[in-house]
Amino acid sequence: MKIERAEAAQLLSLNKFNVDEEEPHIVLNKDICRQCTDKPCLYVCPAVLYKLDKNGEISFDYAGCLECGTCRVMCKNKGIVKWEYPRGTFGLSLRYG
Amino acid sequence: MSESEKFDAIIVGAGPAGAACAYTLAREGKEVLVIERGDTPGSKNVTGGRIYTYALEMLDQGLSEEAALERKVTREQVMLLGGQRAITIDFHDPSFNRDGHPPMSYTVLRAPFDEWLAGKAEEMGAMVACGIRVDGLIEKDGKITGVIAGEDEMYADVVVAADGVNSLLAQKAGLIGEIDFNTVGVGVKEVIELPASTIEERFRLTNPEEGVACMILGCTEGIHGGGFLYTNKESISLGCVFMPGEVARHKKSIQEIFQDLKMHPAVYPLIAGGETVEYSGHLVGEAGYRGIPKQIYREGFVMIGDAAGFVINTGYSVRGMDLAILSGIAAARAIVNASSPAEIGPLYMQELERIQLLPTMRATDGYFDVLQTGWLYDRMPALATAVMADLYSVDAQPPAKLSRGIREQMKAHGISVWDVIKLGFKGVKI
Repeated sequence: MKIERAEAAQLLSLNKFNVDEEEPHIVLNKDICRQCTDKPCLYVCPAVLYKLDKNGEISFDYAGCLECGTCRVMCKNKGIVKWEYPRGTFGLSLRYG
Repeated sequence: MSESEKFDAIIVGAGPAGAACAYTLAREGKEVLVIERGDTPGSKNVTGGRIYTYALEMLDQGLSEEAALERKVTREQVMLLGGQRAITIDFHDPSFNRDGHPPMSYTVLRAPFDEWLAGKAEEMGAMVACGIRVDGLIEKDGKITGVIAGEDEMYADVVVAADGVNSLLAQKAGLIGEIDFNTVGVGVKEVIELPASTIEERFRLTNPEEGVACMILGCTEGIHGGGFLYTNKESISLGCVFMPGEVARHKKSIQEIFQDLKMHPAVYPLIAGGETVEYSGHLVGEAGYRGIPKQIYREGFVMIGDAAGFVINTGYSVRGMDLAILSGIAAARAIVNASSPAEIGPLYMQELERIQLLPTMRATDGYFDVLQTGWLYDRMPALATAVMADLYSVDAQPPAKLSRGIREQMKAHGISVWDVIKLGFKGVKI
């Protein structure tokens, strides 16, 4: 894409992903997320995959995950109940890195 | 696989640390298996990036000449951004790249580089298995004896964790706990393609071999961190690193702050007309020597590279891949020289001293304190650019006295002489 102020979704569309439809590598417990007032995940995820829906609840899609692990490091209330790397061959494949 | 047909070493992760370790072990005739979760080595890995060549030369003489690298760094730059204003410092020293010696450093992209280095390890006789995620460790009588990947169990005298900054393996081995968010930065990066000739014109490079490394301060809205720009052969790596704890308090997405940097009037002209081809994010250790876990081995298990916290950030340069390679060599030497698996860990610590890795990290420990200085990330670049604006402004009025102007600007930017002295005290400890 040409050089312009880009949304995260536009940037993610440039990457090669092989999404594991059977097994999400990150799973949230939204009951815990609802209690979390800080919600650092909204700001620290480079892919901006954590968003607030119209009810003010966290919505999350693991499909565009860059596998950096920042959400896991920042999630102190443990709403992220599972964080693993995607299974072998799944997830992001960088061509430049 | 039965325990009787075990490997001398299983290395988890085919980045520079893992590949250097595998290369050295295979050269010594050891049976080595490298397990990589990506489809190809490097496909999960990110750098700023630049690599210092001495480490490749230490791995094997002449290796840096054939390595899959981008441009040798001939210009070292620092950019200070204050609002729309910018100062660029440009340092050039031909002796860094003199004839007959490997250039000191190269810009690099990890997908091609890691694949090349892992390929070299394979040529030496190491087995590299890609597309496999290691799920756990096998432990027997308090010793790590192998790894589990899906249904498979594989055994070795030693498991080498080269699985990066977010080392799940080291956690599984009980050597580290949860990562403290004050010890890591989160980086984002766009790779922007541009014709080689355009890169050379814009950065005043005389040929396609030459390149620029640029660190950028004042682009993080006061968050501890900074930007970077590296010229590759036919692309530019532009990115920014942030301390995530401060981002959470600042409540603005790092992706948005990074887009502001990209569109900054001093940065945009460097990338204009280019095409973004990839977007990546990664964690990077920021605590230097203090970020090394208390214990980086146990019987049957050693940690190398980012997994062991081997990263140095001085503010004007960042080192990780060279240290990763050194630690891979050190671990391999320990494995080769140990007469029993129990000896590997203590020998590894000795080798880390001998190869000058730990001494180098100790010597740069003081930078951490300097970089903790909050005003370096917003008020300092704002002040510097404001003073420059005063200096270069000419109109019909007599100019204000320079020293008074600087004092007034310092006051306006909330930096006292005492702040500068305090920073100086931290600085002299370096």
